[in-house]
Amino acid sequence: MERFVAGSSPLHHLDARIKVIITLVLIVSFVLTPAEAWPAYPLLWAVIGSLAAAGQLGVGRVALRGAVALPFMLAALPLIFTTPGQPLLTVFGSTASEEGLARVIAILLKSWLSVQAALILTMTTPFSDLLWALTSLRVPRTLVIIMGFMYRYLFILSDEAHRLLRARSSRSAVLPGSKAGGGLIWRGLVAGSMIGNLFVRSYERSDRVYTAMLARGYQGQMRISNPPPLTRRSLVWGALPIVAVILIQLMVLWWSR
Amino acid sequence: MSHHRITIQDLTFRYPDGRLALDRVSLHIEPGERVALVGPNGAGKSTLLLHLNGILRSNSGTIQVSELPLNDRTVGQIRAWVGLVFQNPDDQLFCPRVYDDVAFGPLHMGLPDDQVRVRVESALAAVGMSLYSDRVSYHLSLGEKKRIAIATVLSMEPGILVLDEPTAGLDPRARRSLIHLLENLGDQTLLIATHDMRLVRDLCPRIVVLDGGCVVADGPTADILYNEHLMEQHGLETP
Amino acid sequence: MFAPLIAMHIPDGFLTVPVALVGWIVMSVVVGIALRQTRHQLGERQIPLMGILAAFIFAAQMINFPVMGGTSGHLIGGALIGILLGPWAAVLVMTTVVAVQAVLFQDGGLLALGFNTINMGILAPFVGHTVYSRLCKVLKKELAAAAIAAWLTVIIAAAATALELAISGTSPLDVALPAMLGIHALIGVGEALITVSALAFIRQTRPDLLRTAVPIAKGSGWITVGLVIALIIAFASPLADSDPDGLERVAEDKAFLDQAEDAPYEILPDYTVPFISDEALTTIAAGIIGVLVVAGIGYGVARVARQNETISQT
Repeated sequence: MERFVAGSSPLHHLDARIKVIITLVLIVSFVLTPAEAWPAYPLLWAVIGSLAAAGQLGVGRVALRGAVALPFMLAALPLIFTTPGQPLLTVFGSTASEEGLARVIAILLKSWLSVQAALILTMTTPFSDLLWALTSLRVPRTLVIIMGFMYRYLFILSDEAHRLLRARSSRSAVLPGSKAGGGLIWRGLVAGSMIGNLFVRSYERSDRVYTAMLARGYQGQMRISNPPPLTRRSLVWGALPIVAVILIQLMVLWWSR
Repeated sequence: MSHHRITIQDLTFRYPDGRLALDRVSLHIEPGERVALVGPNGAGKSTLLLHLNGILRSNSGTIQVSELPLNDRTVGQIRAWVGLVFQNPDDQLFCPRVYDDVAFGPLHMGLPDDQVRVRVESALAAVGMSLYSDRVSYHLSLGEKKRIAIATVLSMEPGILVLDEPTAGLDPRARRSLIHLLENLGDQTLLIATHDMRLVRDLCPRIVVLDGGCVVADGPTADILYNEHLMEQHGLETP
Repeated sequence: MFAPLIAMHIPDGFLTVPVALVGWIVMSVVVGIALRQTRHQLGERQIPLMGILAAFIFAAQMINFPVMGGTSGHLIGGALIGILLGPWAAVLVMTTVVAVQAVLFQDGGLLALGFNTINMGILAPFVGHTVYSRLCKVLKKELAAAAIAAWLTVIIAAAATALELAISGTSPLDVALPAMLGIHALIGVGEALITVSALAFIRQTRPDLLRTAVPIAKGSGWITVGLVIALIIAFASPLADSDPDGLERVAEDKAFLDQAEDAPYEILPDYTVPFISDEALTTIAAGIIGVLVVAGIGYGVARVARQNETISQT
């Protein structure tokens, strides 16, 4: 479940705030790239690939994992038929256009590149670093602290959910010849029971956590560890990918004249 | 209830992080046998048990329940034959009322409501919890929950009952009554993973010792249990 | 068309940058209000609770039940948590869930996080809580009220998603909306079943937990939902794709919005510069001023809500 990959690459050492900013700038530039600007896409992927390499993450591995948003593509498919332009082929009375296909492929590429950018961030940055980066970027502390608690208990509660699922699987038997499963509504209600069970356990766990925190002197104040100072070196290295994509966008502008 | 034998052949299982949990485990259990599975913590006892009803699957080695190999197609059928009672009853009870939890198994199998009711009543009676049918299981004591957990499995009328540390955490009185319960269950095949050596002595004529994922001993309790050298070697104590 | 329509987390690339930014602005305003609300009314004991409940929602989404074929139903959770905690606390919990899902698991994009949070983390808990409380008074049957509320949250979140995709020019509205609504009308039934059953379990084991919800003033739930929807429509639709075969044709056919007529300027996808044209710039500037005005209204609502609640508690 954990995406963070331990390592000591230059990307791992880079200040988390800068990494977050780079990621957001990259994603914005990916999404802004027009469908017609074909040469830009391989260049943008080169930026991503070099970041993946800088993080010692495996360019191919990141590229593969980036394909996770593909199923959502179905939502965009109708564009092939509804975008006006050069007709390509006709299916069931609807005409696909070149422009439509271009737009859909562009969305696919933007999505793929964006997921990779987010992946590289997560794979090279421990979650606790991301949290203080968020605070530095003006995300309200309360929210960041809640996220910290969520992260802390994510794996424990997921584990409990898995054990509930195991309990149900163990007693989910099928007798040959009879209609097993118990009916759709019943199954939904049982799932709800399991979730209600998980809720009560989670709530009671939070009581214990709060008591333990009180015992350790918690009085409502929360501290997030102070981020290390921003070094000039980080700023310089961090600027590289940003400059790269800005150059690519300017090139796109130039070519489109 | 039908009677089945279990045949485990060269079962090897690795955790996702690569650690070897089971190393070519082979075991054969005949219908009606009562077998104790003992070994130090981390020996792989729970891991082995979780294979028997398909919760864990391994690519290496086979498990057969009466000539039916355990795979995706047959796992549903095998779950009707092999009932697994987890160590922690909280991992077993997920419905609001006791009745609902005990009824889950038969309902899932597609039995009609009147038959389900009969099964629930007899399962609760077998564990001495007939009066608890309408109670909310969440707030019951550990001993009560353990009995109900057993009932949730008994209602499916499995021929083979597999229990993981049934007496762990129980006070002496609850422990004795649970052992009494198991003694009087019927002619099910029993496989019990346990640290409780007196339970082994009182209930199980056969003992299998697991250590480091390997079967290091498999034979009559009378012989193995009092072999102090062997027991000590594998982190166990003779009662 | 199953997978994308069942997961409501919009990935990056499907919303245009201006649309996504509108989402971020609206989300930030509402989350800011939620932070004020919960701090005043619930105290610091709630922080670990909300974090753990965010983890609970995440874990609860893993618990599925087979529907047919290979598909299974599962919980989104906005209604459940809205009913249990009250809408403002629920907004914080669900925002945390959606954000961590996006950052840690790439479930939903980072740019799209604004609207994903609005759909699942703001609209869902508000609609869930508000419909539930009003229906409880009318129907006197809590579980039926919860079922209807849960179903509605899924429908409304699905409609909002379709709208956002349409405004971005990613999915034509006349395809996306019926498809999303159709499929989510069924998924909503699963959400209703699970929500009702979970509440029934909680009522039988810890009925005191059902009363942890902080009530909000009469009407402020509707105001919030209405404001959020109005904000989205007001600021995002001028950015809509000017494709005459898409949104505008639908708008002409159905007399959709007046503002849609004002979208002749093409921002995307044919636009080639990552800067915004003058007309859009003016609109965005107006939007920012508008947001400030609305934030002020929202703050005012929150104050009224607090006063009303103090009155109703005495």
